[in-house]
Amino acid sequence: MKNPIIEISHLNFSYEAASPVLKDVDFSVLRGQSGCIVGPNGGGKSTLLKLLLGLLTPTGGSIRLFGETPERGRLKVGYMPQYHLLDPAFPVTAYEVVRTGRIGLKTSRREEKTRVTAAMDELGIGHLADVSFAGLSGGQRQRVLIARALVCEPELLLLDEPTANIDPGAEEQFYATLASLRRRMTVLTVSHDLGFVSRETDLVICVNKFVSIHEAGNFTAETANAVYHHRVGLIKHEHDCFCHCHHPEDEK
Amino acid sequence: MNFFPGIFIAPEFGFLRRALLFGLLAAPALGIVGTLVVTRRIASLAGASAHAALGGMGIALFLARVCGISAATPMLGAICGAVGAALIVGIVTLHGKEREDTVIGVVWALGMSVGLIFLDRTPGYVDWQGYLFGNILLLSKTDLMSMALLDAVLIPPAVLGYRKILALSFDPDFAAIRGIKVEAYYLTILALTALTIVLLINLVGIILVIALLTLPAATAGCFTRRLKSMMFAAALLAALFVAGGIAGSVALLLPTGPVIVVAAGIIYLAALAVRRFARR
Repeated sequence: MKNPIIEISHLNFSYEAASPVLKDVDFSVLRGQSGCIVGPNGGGKSTLLKLLLGLLTPTGGSIRLFGETPERGRLKVGYMPQYHLLDPAFPVTAYEVVRTGRIGLKTSRREEKTRVTAAMDELGIGHLADVSFAGLSGGQRQRVLIARALVCEPELLLLDEPTANIDPGAEEQFYATLASLRRRMTVLTVSHDLGFVSRETDLVICVNKFVSIHEAGNFTAETANAVYHHRVGLIKHEHDCFCHCHHPEDEK
Repeated sequence: MNFFPGIFIAPEFGFLRRALLFGLLAAPALGIVGTLVVTRRIASLAGASAHAALGGMGIALFLARVCGISAATPMLGAICGAVGAALIVGIVTLHGKEREDTVIGVVWALGMSVGLIFLDRTPGYVDWQGYLFGNILLLSKTDLMSMALLDAVLIPPAVLGYRKILALSFDPDFAAIRGIKVEAYYLTILALTALTIVLLINLVGIILVIALLTLPAATAGCFTRRLKSMMFAAALLAALFVAGGIAGSVALLLPTGPVIVVAAGIIYLAALAVRRFARR
């Protein structure tokens, strides 16, 4: 059996003691699986991502990334945030953005340049190297951030709302890129787009304070409706993943 | 003797030469720190720090004259007030649940008020207008050496740690994921911003120091697409604004600080207009 890349056990998190954001979350993701984290706004998707990346500390339970703490394991993670949350006026070129993805790796300047150029060429943005990040379109900025995430040669790629705020043409281009990335690494995506679930994932990780995991093929409109209306109570145990999900309101 | 050549040799214009040299020494610090303040959008935080410097100055003068603590110099008080305020606001921003703008407003007003109360209760003459609006006559050799020292502290890490500074300024979360100690860097930037502010107080005063810190960088930002270019251009512009402002104020018999800021403000507005026109 493949080793889990992500192991979450009895995870709890709250910004304020009285209102938990995530409660008793248990799940694992195995190497090679691609997952999509879905759920309503405020359900805890971004919080779960930040916990995975070690940007927040759990109030209970544990997270293991590659068998280590998130602070150590995250160096093997490529992360793409939502591009529109970054300062559009910041003075930085596309090449410089991608190059920051090599921070923390001890390589020669020549090798670094080769890797950065290769990542940009792979994403079809090599010709934009000297263009200001502010001067790029939404789709181009998104590809710059994917190149930044890939340039450290990660084993796990985390994408936060990759299809938000980009035009349909860029979206199709992104799906093509994602399909090729899935062949060589584990990809976990946060998305509102339920169409995304059916196209690009093996697992659906439903987050709405509680977490449940479904195989993408079994994730129906009814399931989505249940997640979005806080009625996630089903516990599934699939062949490649397992989850443990309670919802007290369903048990009443 | 012609006036402008005269200021470079005449003994009675020693204070002007000192002010010009101070301005040139301040330029690298203004370029580096000003660019970080503008790009990280922490100008209001820097403003709170500047006004808290007055609180520190007031307390230090009071301690020196009333309690006889000679070590409590205005400069030391200003450093404690400004750096302390910057770190308090920085830590609240990172960890607190309070609204950042409210905390900045409180520190801003509190620092100013405490300073004015202590200055009022300090016996003897106090040039509080000099603290608020600057007075180039107050610039001493110690100020020149302090500014040179600040440059020496700022320039090497800005050059050697440029990529990390770029990463944490552009996307702090990503920088943290790549192993950069973002909080430590952020608080260091705030402390260095506060020190820069304190050293500039004698030149332009507490009220105008934020303008001098931000206008060169903001002007440079209109025409640059790299952080390092923005820092370099901001340093050149800062030198130009300070030298031009001092020369202008002497020639027109106007207060130096406001002339520097008005010149910088006009050029910034012109830069905005040029950029807008160029984009059409």
